[in-house]
Amino acid sequence: MQEVPTGMTEPVLSVRNLTVRLPSGADRENAIEHISFDIGPREIVCIVGESGSGKSVTAQAVMGLLPKRDLVVTAGETLLQGEDTTKAHIHRLRELRGTRMGMIFQEPMTALNPVQRVGQQIAEVLEIHTDLSATEQRQRVLDIMKAVQLPDPELMIDAYPHQLSGGQRQRIMIAAALILDPALLIADEPTTALDVTTQAQILRLIKEMQSRRNTGVMFITHDFGVVSEIADRVVVMQHGRVVEQGTREEVLRRPREAYTKMLVAAVPSLVPPKRVPVEGKLALEAKNLSKIYGRRTFLSRKARIVKAAQDVNFHIRKGETLGIVGESGSGKTTVARCIARLIEPSEGEILIEGANVAHLPERDLRPYRRDIQIVFQDPYRSLNPRRTVGQSIVEGPINFGMPREKAIDKARELMGLVGLSPDALDRYPHQFSGGQRQRICIARALAMGPTLLIADEAVSALDVSVQAQVLELLDNIRKQFDLAVLFITHDLRVAAQICDRIAVMKNGVVVEHGTTVDVFRSPQHEYTKALFDAAPGRDFGAQQSVA
Amino acid sequence: MASIDAAPPVYRRRSVWSTVLRNPSVIFGGSIALVMVIIAILAPFLGTRDPAQINPSARNQKPGYTATVRDDEGKRIQVKYHLGTDSLGRDIYSRVIYGARVSLIVGITVAIIAVFIGLIIGMIAGYVRWLDGIIMRFMDGLMAIPEILLAIALVSLSRAGLPAVVIAIVIPQVPRVVRLVRSVVLSIREEPYVESAITVGTPTPTLLFRHVLPNTTAPLIVQGTFICASAILVEAILSFLGIGIPPEVPTWGNIMAEGRTYFRILPHNILYPGIALALAVLAINMLGDGLRDTLDPRFAKRF
Amino acid sequence: MAGYILRRVLATLPVLAIVAVLVFLMLRLTPSDPAAIIAGDYASPQQIEGIRERLGLNEPILKQFVIWIGGVLRGDFGESFFYKKQVAELIGERLEPTLSLSVVTILLVILVAVPLGIIAAHNHGTWIDRVVMGFSVLGFSIPVFVVGYILIYVFAVTLDWLPVQGYQRISEGVGGWLLRLILPAMTLSVVFIAFIARMTRTSVLEVLNEDYIRTARAKGQTELKVLIRHALANAAVPILTIIGLTVAILIGGVVVTESVYTLPGLGLLTVDAVLARDYPTIQAVILLFSFAYVLINLLVDVAYTFLDPRIRY
Repeated sequence: MQEVPTGMTEPVLSVRNLTVRLPSGADRENAIEHISFDIGPREIVCIVGESGSGKSVTAQAVMGLLPKRDLVVTAGETLLQGEDTTKAHIHRLRELRGTRMGMIFQEPMTALNPVQRVGQQIAEVLEIHTDLSATEQRQRVLDIMKAVQLPDPELMIDAYPHQLSGGQRQRIMIAAALILDPALLIADEPTTALDVTTQAQILRLIKEMQSRRNTGVMFITHDFGVVSEIADRVVVMQHGRVVEQGTREEVLRRPREAYTKMLVAAVPSLVPPKRVPVEGKLALEAKNLSKIYGRRTFLSRKARIVKAAQDVNFHIRKGETLGIVGESGSGKTTVARCIARLIEPSEGEILIEGANVAHLPERDLRPYRRDIQIVFQDPYRSLNPRRTVGQSIVEGPINFGMPREKAIDKARELMGLVGLSPDALDRYPHQFSGGQRQRICIARALAMGPTLLIADEAVSALDVSVQAQVLELLDNIRKQFDLAVLFITHDLRVAAQICDRIAVMKNGVVVEHGTTVDVFRSPQHEYTKALFDAAPGRDFGAQQSVA
Repeated sequence: MASIDAAPPVYRRRSVWSTVLRNPSVIFGGSIALVMVIIAILAPFLGTRDPAQINPSARNQKPGYTATVRDDEGKRIQVKYHLGTDSLGRDIYSRVIYGARVSLIVGITVAIIAVFIGLIIGMIAGYVRWLDGIIMRFMDGLMAIPEILLAIALVSLSRAGLPAVVIAIVIPQVPRVVRLVRSVVLSIREEPYVESAITVGTPTPTLLFRHVLPNTTAPLIVQGTFICASAILVEAILSFLGIGIPPEVPTWGNIMAEGRTYFRILPHNILYPGIALALAVLAINMLGDGLRDTLDPRFAKRF
Repeated sequence: MAGYILRRVLATLPVLAIVAVLVFLMLRLTPSDPAAIIAGDYASPQQIEGIRERLGLNEPILKQFVIWIGGVLRGDFGESFFYKKQVAELIGERLEPTLSLSVVTILLVILVAVPLGIIAAHNHGTWIDRVVMGFSVLGFSIPVFVVGYILIYVFAVTLDWLPVQGYQRISEGVGGWLLRLILPAMTLSVVFIAFIARMTRTSVLEVLNEDYIRTARAKGQTELKVLIRHALANAAVPILTIIGLTVAILIGGVVVTESVYTLPGLGLLTVDAVLARDYPTIQAVILLFSFAYVLINLLVDVAYTFLDPRIRY
């Protein structure tokens, strides 16, 4: 039984046996191989897969936007209302783009021309494809801006992209893509760069617009929460092939293939598991921590002050994981950097075993450096590319006087502990995958014998399956070393699974603080409620949990 | 114990230098530059005469002129002037060959000195916050004086000669290197791996030498190549204007300056040294382009 | 926007001040004694001392600077050692040829270099691109004076189409003025064209990789309009920046070109002053060229406000 009447009418898009070749020297022959799926009118089909699965290549092939020399369609067809776009002449393709198929992209910040007014950029579609006069064009633009619920279109039509928020820019993109009512909308990770509350609004908007206009949507995402929120049907891709496809219910609730099962199982649930309160020794305490960036520029009438963090108080016990959750700009990373003393807080205290390290100069800080270690978000920039993994791991212990031999022995031991071969110490970072590099960073942190480990979005750049493994590793070492963990994340699912307690931050202030179970079950602050409401696919993933 | 990720993908990275040596610009520019260096070194063995020797009886001759002169022991010998002679009867061919020496010495010394000084000042500016403003304002001021004018003004200060010319060309180049090094330092110190090194207690000097300095190598090699090309040009300009190295020294610029008077009749006096000069600069520029494309596309700029 | 412009103007003041100090110090802290140079090789110590006294070289360095900068601000650069007249007057006489040459060259350069760069970028990786880039490397590898003599040899000596030497004031007829500027301007523009064509190509190529270019294509826009309306509009700021910065190269080229064509401009004056060790004139000319360079780049900064809305805050 299908909930949506699809397959009854002729599909808007029918991808048949599509194969796109990669340039020689790539890690595999084809970017995508024998891809087939249909998208019906009024249907949202989610193409889901991890990085490198070929989902974006599929979208670009349909639009005819593949980089000319590098990626070549070698077989198959993409029938847009029966017309094969892979074989269409470039002139015909241009006619089809904007009129029969529209596209929106991941980065609303860069997808709009920064030197052109947004109204003009929407009107550009009309200018290319219609004979409307300037006044008619303006009216149509205003209409569509209203339809995508942009506030005050009369004013905003003359704004430049930099004057708009990320969500507003994505609405502009949607307006431009849909103004001529194309039969197909291709959305390539359209909400990935957005905060969760904005994401929820944009998802709602896309759904509303497509059902009102009978648009078929090809929605590319890596996020199963989003899939469960909006998909009618799901196509799962891996290494350029379709692994499985079916309705949302089929794929999410009753996956058939092992890969899909693994992916679905790897998505952390939003329902936190019960946790025993940690009663260990106090590892760290932050009191009234503030970081204020005062840009008192020469000539500006009033100093521009950014309160990145204000009056932040928390403590972490040994063996405990404290999560700091918030959207971008909430100040969570500022707090992490203050605690790691990569920056000096403007005010407040950071207490380690009774000593206040908040304002110590680098010289006096050194003894305390061992106690606090940090793992960063980007695994590709966290290790010096010119030094072997071993050199990176032993650097700290040698700084603190450990003999080289002993440091290397310890590094070998730690490599095993984080699940890597001890023999890999002589290799360079580029020989490892992202997940492996995060393990190496964890080993480097552990080599110092810290009491507190800060994980600053440490799993956010990783694919969901790898993410689950690294989270498990973090939880294991916490138990094994009785570590205090400060876990900074924007991802509520991850926070729900790994944290004992949670602090929710907004605009530099902690708005709510409590045990994970309490905060998730009955959020008190308005903002926390809004945040949880916005989490896509709230009921999805409830059946499983980490550990 | 955590499980191991799927089989570790092997990201093979070809050795940087093998990539560099495959680049056509590097091959082309590098070979010509190498030939120039060899010519400069082997100048005395390339059938040349004393480039400063004046022969009043063989003045202003066209290429291919043959004359009988006395050699050092007083014997009469036949001499062919492959590229003719100048208004003092000096052999243009020999002067052009020997000219390569001066040009390459100037180019290479200027590049090395400018890079060395710029590296030190740039590291200081990039890492010592309170000095940064002062140093950079000073460098801005120096950069505001057009390169050639500054060099001209500086040579006018002291007696003409190779060291004065080298210093006069080095000084305008230093701020460019400083800017480059500083921008590398500023961007690298934000890298998470540098911050990680801070949190494991690496002392600042070690941090600079171990994690920051190696990142300046590639852009400095590229920048040094461009400086070398530019220095050769500026030296030729100074000589040509008659304010550089003393006129009796065979430099390409001096040969051309000397050839100005009879240019209409004897254009080769300007043409041949001009070709040699252009070829040298072209070769080094191409080498620089190739190095930039293969080593580091981000930082190095030509000026 | 007014705030931005004011900030830019104020930011150039320290640069100008540092340039003034540098130019002053450069010629005062030399190992050689200007008085001895002026006096010549056969002067007695008394004569040299007399000259020192007359030039105020015995005063403390700070006082000398104050006197000098005070004069400069009033347009008084002192008296030329060599020409025996006011440097300001000297500069006034020499300004027109240099300005004419520079303006004609810049116009020529923009008309040729920017289109060349765009064409190369659009045909990225093809033979057209390679030819343009090849000529570009060649262009800034051939010294200005070699280009000058090649052009003279071809157009003046061999073909006899154009006059070679000298300058005709614009007041004596635009035709003759322009005719005598064609060869010098062509000479000077070669390096400049090479640079700017290359930088235009790089800037446009960079912009062509931006997401909004993909957006424009996804709307069905034609390549030409993508290139002009989206790519060039965004590449304008870096291109203009490069043009501003290459003015330094232009100034260097002016000195050489005027020397090759014996145009009686500031460049030739500089060379003559250096040969005569005429320090007041050297100082004045360098200061003037540097200020011009700084001010042109200030104008470029101000022009950004019209090209990029993000700067209008």
